[in-house]
Amino acid sequence: MNLDSKTIYKIADLARIHIEEEDVEQLIPEMNKILSFMEKLNELDTTNVEPLVYMNDATNVWREDEIKQEISTTDGLKNAAKHNERFFMVPKIIEK
Amino acid sequence: MKKYSSLKGIQALISQKQLTLPDLLAYYFKQIKENEHLNAFNEVFFYSAEVQAKAVQQKIEEGNAGKLAGMVIGIKDNICYKDHIVTASSKMLDGFVSPYSATVVQRLLQEDAVIIGRLNCDEFAMGGSNETSYFGTVKNAVNPDLVPGGSSGGSAVAVQADMCLAALGTDTGGSVRQPAAFCGQIGLKPTYGRISRYGVIAYASSFDQVGPITSSVEDAALLLEVLAGADENDSTVSPLDVPAYSANLNQLEPKRIAVLKETMESEALDPEIKSAILESIESLKAQGHVIDYVSFDLLDYLVPAYYILTTAEASSNLSRYDGVHYGHRNAEAKSLTELYKLSRAEGFGEEVKRRILLGTFVLSAGYYDAYYQKAQQVRRLIREKLDVLFQDYDLILLPVAPTPPFKIGDNMQDPLVMYMADIFTVLPSLSGNPAIALPIGNNKANLPLSIQFIAKHFEEAQLLAFSQAFLSL
Repeated sequence: MNLDSKTIYKIADLARIHIEEEDVEQLIPEMNKILSFMEKLNELDTTNVEPLVYMNDATNVWREDEIKQEISTTDGLKNAAKHNERFFMVPKIIEK
Repeated sequence: MKKYSSLKGIQALISQKQLTLPDLLAYYFKQIKENEHLNAFNEVFFYSAEVQAKAVQQKIEEGNAGKLAGMVIGIKDNICYKDHIVTASSKMLDGFVSPYSATVVQRLLQEDAVIIGRLNCDEFAMGGSNETSYFGTVKNAVNPDLVPGGSSGGSAVAVQADMCLAALGTDTGGSVRQPAAFCGQIGLKPTYGRISRYGVIAYASSFDQVGPITSSVEDAALLLEVLAGADENDSTVSPLDVPAYSANLNQLEPKRIAVLKETMESEALDPEIKSAILESIESLKAQGHVIDYVSFDLLDYLVPAYYILTTAEASSNLSRYDGVHYGHRNAEAKSLTELYKLSRAEGFGEEVKRRILLGTFVLSAGYYDAYYQKAQQVRRLIREKLDVLFQDYDLILLPVAPTPPFKIGDNMQDPLVMYMADIFTVLPSLSGNPAIALPIGNNKANLPLSIQFIAKHFEEAQLLAFSQAFLSL
């Protein structure tokens, strides 16, 4: 693989991780090396092989759709760095 | 006090009134204090453990205690315990207090185990040496210059250095088996879907399984018996009945065992591990087991397939850490997107970010088919190949790790070097089969060596009974 800095910035944006310019310098060779290693799989012929997606045989597991108040609002909010009595708080989204 | 190696021994002493559970707990607290430099514990639950120990002692005296009464156990710091901190050894979750308990924690407490604390691990279970933890490297009790393995390094060292009787780890690509091997303990990865993952911080959901690290097969069997089985909160758990593993440890017939030729011929395999395994093979033959060398030509594809799939799943699982609902939050961000990006950049360590970026790439438009889907196809080839082997054999034999425990810092320069060390453990992780790491003595430098056995899906009973007999050879 031959990732360039533009692709690295795009991937980091998709992953919502801020990266600095010096990180990119390090990431380019490192990620290319790992991705080239992963490309070893191309040696295998997988024509008509169904992808293995689910590891268990079980089909659908049904349950009643009941409301279970297991965690209170207060408990749900207590690990958030910024919140009021009822809501999580984020920076202002709509500018004037 | 001497090191206790099984719950049965402890329960006998308690019932003969030679020991009380609070005294036993105090002994383990003292052991933890003396071994503080090994950095195995992220936190000791002094208060809740003591309350539980007193309550269980009372139940023992009244004659109505559960199966695990007398067991003092540590849990890896990625397993939720209500009203206790859980961090996955990450700055991201530093100080996070769990509002609920994992199913495995509920089941431990239901059977009267005492949970002594949370154990250090690689950050979000991503690593094979416990060096990526935000709370520092864990050290091997055999020699503090060496790694304990990972990612459940703290769990292995806690049992190794007698800081608790047993510990829970989680195994995604070897994270229970490899540290158990590096610390001379027994590490069991159950079949995928045997134990509930509810309340276990996710890394790669189609791989993750909770597993015990113990110094006896009996305790591994007993713990599996308590932890396994259907759970309304995790529909990926199999509805199959849970056998009485601990009651069936002595039923053993000769097995047909396949040795994977390519693993034993691998250039990466340490010569002393190889000769120790060859010795084990000879004694198995002498016991009447049939051993054949069989070819497994997919060996070189295991690590690439494993890292494509697990980084992809990690990038999805770890998207929940947004700085808003819980976890580390950047204080200066002016917009929502900036808040996400800065919080995640600051909260995650280098290895975790590397895996999220790789996973995001292999899932991204234009590359999904070539990487992610290809790896899913290869995963099927791997599982099918094992299924074919299991038509003729009861067990598969191979090494756990290619080397004995290595020096702290040695494998941290190049991520690929670290990833390659997973080559033998990722096989049953990719196929979902149960596997166990068992100690086979020490090398000349006195470092623990280990052997791995894989069984058919949900054949833990057979695997454990065989392990019991193997260790008493």
